[in-house]
Amino acid sequence: METKNIMIVGVGGQGSLLASKLLGRLLLTRGYDTKVSEVHGMSQRGGSVVTYVRFGDKVYSPIIDKGEADVIVSFELLEAARWTEYLKPDGVIVTNTQQINPMPVITGAAEYPEHLVEAMTGAGIRVDAIDALKLAEEAGSSKAVNIVLMGHLSRHFDFTEQEWMDAIEKSVPSKFLELNQKAFTLGRNA
Amino acid sequence: MKQLMLGNEAVARGLYEAGCGFVSSYPGTPSTEITEAAAKYPEIYAEWAPNEKVAMEAAFGAALAGTRSFCGMKHVGLNVAADPLFTIGYTGVNAGMIIGVADDAGMHSSQNEQDSRHYAKSSKIPMVEPADSAEGLAFAQMAYELSERFDTPVLLKMCTRVSHSQSVVEPGERVQAPAKPYEKNGAKYIMMPGNAKRRHPVVEDRTKALTEYAETAPFNRVEPGSDHSLGILTASTSYQYVKEVVGDRYPVFKLGLAWPMPEQAIRDFAASVDKLVVVEELDGFIEDHCRNLGLNPVGKDTFSCIDELSQNIVAAKLGCPVHTGPKLDVNIPARPPVMCAGCPHRGLFYTLNKLKLTVLGDIGCYTLGAVPPLAAIDTTICMGASVSGIHGFLKASDPAQSKKTVAVIGDSTFMHSGVTGLINIAYNESNATVIILDNSITGMTGHQQNPTTGFNLKGDPCTKIDLENLCRAVGIRRVRVVDPYNLAECETAVKEELQAEEPSVIISRRPCALLKYVKHKAPLTVDPEKCKSCKMCMKIGCPAISITGGVAKVDATLCTGCGVCEQLCKFDALCAPKEV
Repeated sequence: METKNIMIVGVGGQGSLLASKLLGRLLLTRGYDTKVSEVHGMSQRGGSVVTYVRFGDKVYSPIIDKGEADVIVSFELLEAARWTEYLKPDGVIVTNTQQINPMPVITGAAEYPEHLVEAMTGAGIRVDAIDALKLAEEAGSSKAVNIVLMGHLSRHFDFTEQEWMDAIEKSVPSKFLELNQKAFTLGRNA
Repeated sequence: MKQLMLGNEAVARGLYEAGCGFVSSYPGTPSTEITEAAAKYPEIYAEWAPNEKVAMEAAFGAALAGTRSFCGMKHVGLNVAADPLFTIGYTGVNAGMIIGVADDAGMHSSQNEQDSRHYAKSSKIPMVEPADSAEGLAFAQMAYELSERFDTPVLLKMCTRVSHSQSVVEPGERVQAPAKPYEKNGAKYIMMPGNAKRRHPVVEDRTKALTEYAETAPFNRVEPGSDHSLGILTASTSYQYVKEVVGDRYPVFKLGLAWPMPEQAIRDFAASVDKLVVVEELDGFIEDHCRNLGLNPVGKDTFSCIDELSQNIVAAKLGCPVHTGPKLDVNIPARPPVMCAGCPHRGLFYTLNKLKLTVLGDIGCYTLGAVPPLAAIDTTICMGASVSGIHGFLKASDPAQSKKTVAVIGDSTFMHSGVTGLINIAYNESNATVIILDNSITGMTGHQQNPTTGFNLKGDPCTKIDLENLCRAVGIRRVRVVDPYNLAECETAVKEELQAEEPSVIISRRPCALLKYVKHKAPLTVDPEKCKSCKMCMKIGCPAISITGGVAKVDATLCTGCGVCEQLCKFDALCAPKEV
């Protein structure tokens, strides 16, 4: 199988490490060669963060370059717009519509651009946007945005719901399992 | 069973399986998780040392005593440990010793982009360089055999993309390392000139033997290709980018032994292809070796020594198709890293900015105090440089400068190498004001314990170094503690200590807001009737505060209730919820 590429982008602190751990588990159980490249250190402090997930028969590079992502999962709207160049021509962006102001916007040095979903669609990009924060709160915690988005991402791959649920069970602490299962289902059905 | 492992975790697994019994390191991105993962194996004694020099010397001591040992650090940490490095290259080891060093091409979390391979060559210590997690595990094991066979420490070089990428490994069982009881041997271990003169030729002979070994070393391999118009010599993560682009088209010589490199094997490879291309990140280290062999490869004239490589960069330089994607015609504001909401450093940096001081900075989360709107830092060089630097700065300045200059340094960084600078301030009498930002943890690298926290790497309670007593013991009489959440207290303390006619230390003490045991207060609320949109609360650069619709707004999911913004609001618009 040709290598598939999933980028997870968002704001440091939004839980992309857990999402990539979950994906890694899922892909390995299918026997794919898998690489997951993470960001640690300074950029984690509220900065723009990106995680690369690659799988296939044989994966070499740990990173995804411009024009290579089959799917970009974005935890925040501005971050989806930031990384569009990394998308394959026929790729899809799965994004949260939640907006988190970066510091230049907070200080008034820059403005948060309006109508980003329309801008992406206008550029010929397939965009699948959901309000993951609302669904996460419905599931019981605003912190479950990451799992809601994994649920929505699952619609773009042929893994069974059971395979996803097994991976979730192995990736989250048992006391948060029910919450995350609910978050996943809400995202998958959104 | 196959599993995904971070490169760093895989190295730790390799250490474990090879029977390593001692690990001493100082945290530094991207190296930190090797030691954190090693500490999870009960069979391995593991610790955070105060700095990399101490870590390396401790690991040498353990190897001398007969236990396979490891010390880990980031690239700049190896500078700190360079002193023992060059001499343990002379003494050699007893049990195997591995020095892990992780470079950071692209400077994801570093202050420079130095290439650690030069250390291998200049200290004459062999260096191995894995390209993924499976090699991380295997090379760690093999490096101990190399270390013991050639009686030398071995450098194991990682980089951000190998350290922080998970890939598939198959863990094995731990083996018992061979017994190597310590035997007194002054000629080998006492490096006074007479002995060292006899050890240097041993090192040169060892290098010859290692170069011979490199010709057929299991760390290196040639992968065949169908098209011999090009042959690519590469290593580490660059190898992955090359294979991603060329697949099996061109022959690839992958170096896993970064130093010493083989001579005949590389000559033979070069002769088998029309054109030799060296693909490596940062400096032209392999390329220089090729040129010394009389070869003339494509190298740094084509592949930059600045920043990371990637598959698209490699493809472009090799004339292969480059991928592109859709770019939006929208101005996307940058999202730089920021101090977290509730960060105890914020109140202190607000004070330094308000007083318009010259601030010599250091390495840690608080380097973010340089970013607007706090914009309170003048310099950042290396671990400890704030405290040493302020001394020279004041000695060379008009005496009035001491009334408007401070140094800031974190608790862990102060223990690392700030205390020696403070000794210099006391001993050579400069009127410096040093602020220790004590957030009770090593923050930036992801919450590691240090000598001031009272806990060790394994999480057990241990001796806690008392910062106040330490500062007094080195000769500083004026030592005071402030709460950085209290702006008035911070301002008074800074002003008073700047006016004092002797050196002083202010300890700004509050645990990191991200620590699990730190209880957050209820988020603040804004009374829109009272808010005059004066934007005073925006001067602290808190990610939880914004101006929306002409009034301040607090993001309740981020706010920790620290109350610093409340102290800035002249109209009582920001307030903590009433206690019920």
